[in-house]
Amino acid sequence: MMSDPGSLALVSLLLPAISFLILGVVSPLRRLGRPAAYMSILFAAGSLAAAIGAWRGHAEGQVTRLAWEWLPSNGASIATVGILADRDSTLMLILVALVAFLVQLYSVEYLHDEPPAALGRYYTYHSLFAFSMMGVVLAPNLLQLFICWELVGLCSFLLIGFWYQKPEAARAAVKAFWTTKAGDVGLLIGIVLLWRVTGTFDLGELKAMVTSGALPAEGLSLITFCIYLGAVGKSAQFPLHTWLPDAMEGPTPVSALIHAATMVTAGVYLLHRTVFLFPPDVLMVVAWIGAFTALLAAVLACVQDDIKRVLAYSTVSQLGYMMAAIGAGFSAAGFFHLITHGLFKALLFLGAGAVIHAVHSNDLPHMGGLAKKMPQTAMVFVIGTLSLAGIPLFGGFLSKEEILGATLAGHQTGPFVLLMVVAFLTAFYMFRVVFLAFYATPAAAGHYVNAGAAVGATHASPAHGHDVSHAPHDPPAVMMLPLWILALLSLGVGIYSTLTSHFLQFPAEAGAEHAAPGWLTPAAVGVAIAGIGLAWLVYQRRTIDAGKLAAVFGPIRTAALHKFWIDDFYEGILALALLAFSRIVGWLDRYLVDGVLNVVSAWTVSAGNLLRTVQTGRAQDYVYGVAVGLLILLLWIRWALA
Amino acid sequence: MGLQAYLILAATVFCIGLFGVVTRRNTIGILLGIELMLNAVNINLIAFSHFNGSTTGMIFTLFTICITVSEAAIGLALVILLFRVRRTVMADHLDLLKG
Repeated sequence: MMSDPGSLALVSLLLPAISFLILGVVSPLRRLGRPAAYMSILFAAGSLAAAIGAWRGHAEGQVTRLAWEWLPSNGASIATVGILADRDSTLMLILVALVAFLVQLYSVEYLHDEPPAALGRYYTYHSLFAFSMMGVVLAPNLLQLFICWELVGLCSFLLIGFWYQKPEAARAAVKAFWTTKAGDVGLLIGIVLLWRVTGTFDLGELKAMVTSGALPAEGLSLITFCIYLGAVGKSAQFPLHTWLPDAMEGPTPVSALIHAATMVTAGVYLLHRTVFLFPPDVLMVVAWIGAFTALLAAVLACVQDDIKRVLAYSTVSQLGYMMAAIGAGFSAAGFFHLITHGLFKALLFLGAGAVIHAVHSNDLPHMGGLAKKMPQTAMVFVIGTLSLAGIPLFGGFLSKEEILGATLAGHQTGPFVLLMVVAFLTAFYMFRVVFLAFYATPAAAGHYVNAGAAVGATHASPAHGHDVSHAPHDPPAVMMLPLWILALLSLGVGIYSTLTSHFLQFPAEAGAEHAAPGWLTPAAVGVAIAGIGLAWLVYQRRTIDAGKLAAVFGPIRTAALHKFWIDDFYEGILALALLAFSRIVGWLDRYLVDGVLNVVSAWTVSAGNLLRTVQTGRAQDYVYGVAVGLLILLLWIRWALA
Repeated sequence: MGLQAYLILAATVFCIGLFGVVTRRNTIGILLGIELMLNAVNINLIAFSHFNGSTTGMIFTLFTICITVSEAAIGLALVILLFRVRRTVMADHLDLLKG
């Protein structure tokens, strides 16, 4: 039983759930901190092993469905609960389990200053997250997927707000929750509408209906658009992308796991799983919005000084890439990029975490010349950056190129052009980070300051409790190990896919079906290298003055520094709408609801006042009452009953 | 003179007693009213006893008189205690039960 791949997938799903339940219920263990962490890591390792086993059993295209009846009604059941393990879901399962395991391992050292109770809480949330995310990945039907989808949203909220004493973190957590919730409402509506039309939540049955043509075409655009809305929220697509950069208030390992590698890619994964439903007009929207998001976020990433925010916008941008591929009709290419991106973006975030851990600041001007002090971190970070830039032999090369090829093959010329620009910008802003943080001299790094942060100020805030004189250095082995594993995996995937032109079983439905034009590879690599070159000239050699470069793009830069006023716009609209709404509700409450109650209570009071005069407190009056009452009673008996 | 006359007398005495209980301001006056009401009852008992030729009513009357006496004693004791505490025996000052 335990050895067949389907059960292994189930084991992989349930191990984090067990860990969560133990940590959640046995609070003394949770409050111990470190032991709780070790237990959670142990379960995560087991989950990873089971996920790898499950994938090996499904790599050749086998499909396992385990389903139990759920929500029985009139003998039939409205929905089932279970798992659907196939090639894609088990591959994604490995990604989730792997990054979850590495991040949990890394966090032990990264959060070593946290009080034990907080550490236990952190690992409890992490276990819940791993379970929920695997639930999304393995869900055989949309209802179960939605439940797990909401659970990952909850975990994201809890972990962004992990340092809830910080007002910005609490605000960011609430913002992330509400913004994604706006999309989730769309998803729920979409799922229910789909159920009304088809009577099923099951992905397999839906696919069968599409293949047999039993699915009515009318209304499908609306339904799939609603489903897409859920993905817009979760995967931070324009216009709901604003929560992801703010989510960086959470601990860096959380950003690596949830806001880079796994949860934010759930939207892409959802579309990948349901893409057979999507009519061309909706796919067109998906492609355009994806490409536009990619461009917008890439521009924003160029002006950020906070290393995590650069990575956050980069994530938004790459998610836009994946969406564009799905919109072009080649969801496998998007999914492929999802996997490679998960590896190298987690690597970049954890690398950034190591840097932040060493210099106690998120700001690029506070860094510089770190390559000498932390050579290993610099090395893995550069590997991650080259992967992201799409350089051959590195992780993101083939997947990125397949996306570009996919948009061409899908005749989405507009998105293709946008994505080429983004490829250039991606290389530029990532190498800006690399040069400013690792290679340029610290003074030079401070040469180009947006936020106006005081350069050369003490890096460590006294409250942090660290030795200020402590020079930055590579993190301890327990943090370095996850970085190297991810770096080697990025490199391995990159080398393998570059040499064989396909990745595992992605001989690419993308790559084979559309013959990418011969100029694509040189062009894509060319723009990436151009981006790197520009960054080198500006930030390393300083042949081109950064100020002059900024002046050339004056208005765009100003707009980007204000995040294109999108956040302000939301705050304005929301504040106005909320204020107007609460005024109306306040008036209704004060004058309508309260009015009715006040009248009723006033009547009661005056009636009581009237009645209390009867109670004089003098025994004689009561005797009088008794006598008169008796008299009346007697007369009544005499006359009425006689 | 038949039974009716005695009954009318008893009713009259009862009403006078009740009137006293309800209207007197002095607590001792109220006790006196209660005595009158009890005596009206006694008249009734005697009258019925006489006209029915049964001694039960007479016996009962003896009991009633005994109880009336003890009641009066207890009542007066209460009034004295009341006076000690409240420095008044006026019934309309004793309105702690006022709502």
